[in-house]
Amino acid sequence: MAESGQGAATALAKDERVKEISGLRKALIRPELGAIVGTIAVFVFFVAFAGDSGMFNAQGVLNWSIVSAQFMIIAVGACMLMIAGEFDLSVGSMIGFAGMSIAIISVTLQWPVWIAILLTLALCVAIGALNGFIVVRTGLPSFIVTLAFLFILRGFTIFFPQLIERQTIIGGIDDAAEGDWLAPVFGGKIGGWIFDWLAEMEMIAVFERGTREGEPIVNGIPMLIVWALVLVAVAHVVLTRTQFGNWVFASGGDAQAARYVGVPVNRVKILMFMFTAFCAFVFATCQVMEFGSAGADRGLLKEFEAIIAVVIGGALLTGGYGSVIGAALGALIFGVVQQGLFFAGVESSLFRVFLGVILLFAVILNTYIRRIITGER
Amino acid sequence: MSGFDHDPIVEMKDIAKHFGPVIALNGVSFDVRPGECHCLLGDNGAGKSTFIKTMSGVHKPTRGEILFEGCQMNFDSPRDAMEAGIATVYQDLAMIPLMSVTRNFWMGREPVRKIGPMKFMDFAKANQTTMDEMRKMGINLRSPDQAVGTLSGGERQTVAIARAVYFGAKVLILDEPTSALGVRQTANVLATIDKVRKTGIGIVFITHNVRHALAVGDRFTVLNRGKTLGTAQRGQITPEELQDMMAGGQEMVALEGSLGGTV
Ligand SMILES: Nc1ncnc2c1ncn2[C@@H]1O[C@H](COP(=O)(O)OP(=O)(O)O)[C@@H](O)[C@H]1O
Ligand SMILES: [Mg+2]
Repeated sequence: MAESGQGAATALAKDERVKEISGLRKALIRPELGAIVGTIAVFVFFVAFAGDSGMFNAQGVLNWSIVSAQFMIIAVGACMLMIAGEFDLSVGSMIGFAGMSIAIISVTLQWPVWIAILLTLALCVAIGALNGFIVVRTGLPSFIVTLAFLFILRGFTIFFPQLIERQTIIGGIDDAAEGDWLAPVFGGKIGGWIFDWLAEMEMIAVFERGTREGEPIVNGIPMLIVWALVLVAVAHVVLTRTQFGNWVFASGGDAQAARYVGVPVNRVKILMFMFTAFCAFVFATCQVMEFGSAGADRGLLKEFEAIIAVVIGGALLTGGYGSVIGAALGALIFGVVQQGLFFAGVESSLFRVFLGVILLFAVILNTYIRRIITGER
Repeated sequence: MSGFDHDPIVEMKDIAKHFGPVIALNGVSFDVRPGECHCLLGDNGAGKSTFIKTMSGVHKPTRGEILFEGCQMNFDSPRDAMEAGIATVYQDLAMIPLMSVTRNFWMGREPVRKIGPMKFMDFAKANQTTMDEMRKMGINLRSPDQAVGTLSGGERQTVAIARAVYFGAKVLILDEPTSALGVRQTANVLATIDKVRKTGIGIVFITHNVRHALAVGDRFTVLNRGKTLGTAQRGQITPEELQDMMAGGQEMVALEGSLGGTV
């Protein structure tokens, strides 16, 4: 007993060999660090090298904002799922599948577009749940299970339109969506009056001739961007401020430890697979409404782009750590670089080179940050 | 000590557990009373972890019965056992290194404020309580946002113990809390065990180190190859006898002789 009494006395004494972590260093240990630095660097770079190319006038900003928003929508889902400890490689195929589903129901079957959208929503979320169910039930890596769905969904996406319409692109969705109440939620624009006002104040350009003479070149914020911002905000709040968010971190951090204390890990994971599928559905629906058509090759490679954005955002591939804001910044970096290279007149295939390089850097940085946090060597 | 005038909180009678062909436990009886520290000793693979997992609802025993406060109990999950008041700090700790101390402390039982359908975590309360409870155990956290990974092994054990105590455990099961620790951290954890016992919580302390057991134990039960070799009270058994029982008797005596009695 003497031994333990002595222990109590020394328990309060500070261990002099543990270095105090400086405030600056502590502020730096956050998942978004790399993405924040990257975002600033990317903007500085393109302002310097493409500043006068029209990239930063109203139309240019809208241009890369739309591309960024697309990345953002799927990155949010991938981010939550990755923090919960799983992957979904079927996102890209799900995008093609959802678009085709809307097209077949609304154009081929001639059903109202809102029914097509809602049925597709139900279908996507159900497939997401199936993905999740198989993963938690079999204990197989989600990499394998969702890889299977990558092929299954893409196969159906090519097969059905060929069977029914003898082609792999179905158009005419824009005509079908005319007057529909739900379609504008994905394909519409809001805030037109702001741009009218800005044009009046001569702060943005207007069309000089043609049928739309005098109208502002940018006439509203596409719903795609609204979806992206709302999804990012909601997911961020849920993840960082709610009980469910704590369960997401716990499920990905150590599923067994979480189960021991009563966290419903399986439910959390399945819900995150459903959310990822929902994000793919939103992406697809916005795209279909914008193009007025669905193609069997839509969404190709999107799963990897989403995962890269999430990793740039500071999430660990092993789960349990990451940030929605970081993932959103990762998506912004993507959009700005992809469109910036176009504005700067650089060969667009170099964008892929950029992706690969930045992915490597991000993973190395994340591993380093992880070591600082966990004190591993 | 104080525990002996009370009835047991948990009583395990003739517990057996088979994993397919493996007989991990073969008829083990054990009980723990309020305010006592009952040590469960045994060599690696003796079945200690398996035994406490049947007590905490992780495994269903193949045979035998579990009485909780005198009533027969059938825990379906760790959650059931936890709700009844059996808290377990598992050998692998069940702490998540990447998450903050607060998030770990409240994991699975987060304090919430409902706004509409959303259950927000009450971080002000969660952080404050975490700091207070850790201070009671003798640890001053730098910040409740600190990741558990930055804590020392002893401090992590203390977070897990503080969590169990705060959530009203009647029985606290500690699976080898000192096996990976250095001398000073071990002393701290043993001091914490002593502190918790004095609040009237019954403690099941698993170890394969006789000295650690003797430092805080009131009673000692030794497991060997899935069976008990009986329970002894403090003062009725010498360290050498305990060591021998753990090793299953003869071999250890011979070995110890050849090493000059240093094991
Ligand atoms: N889930 C399991 N499946 C099969 N065998 C197990 C399982 N858990 C434990 N065992 C076996 O039961 C025996 C006792 O293990 P354990 O309780 O972990 O021992 P201890 O904690 O005393 O070191 C070992 O032989 C181990 O291999
Ligand atoms: Mg063990």
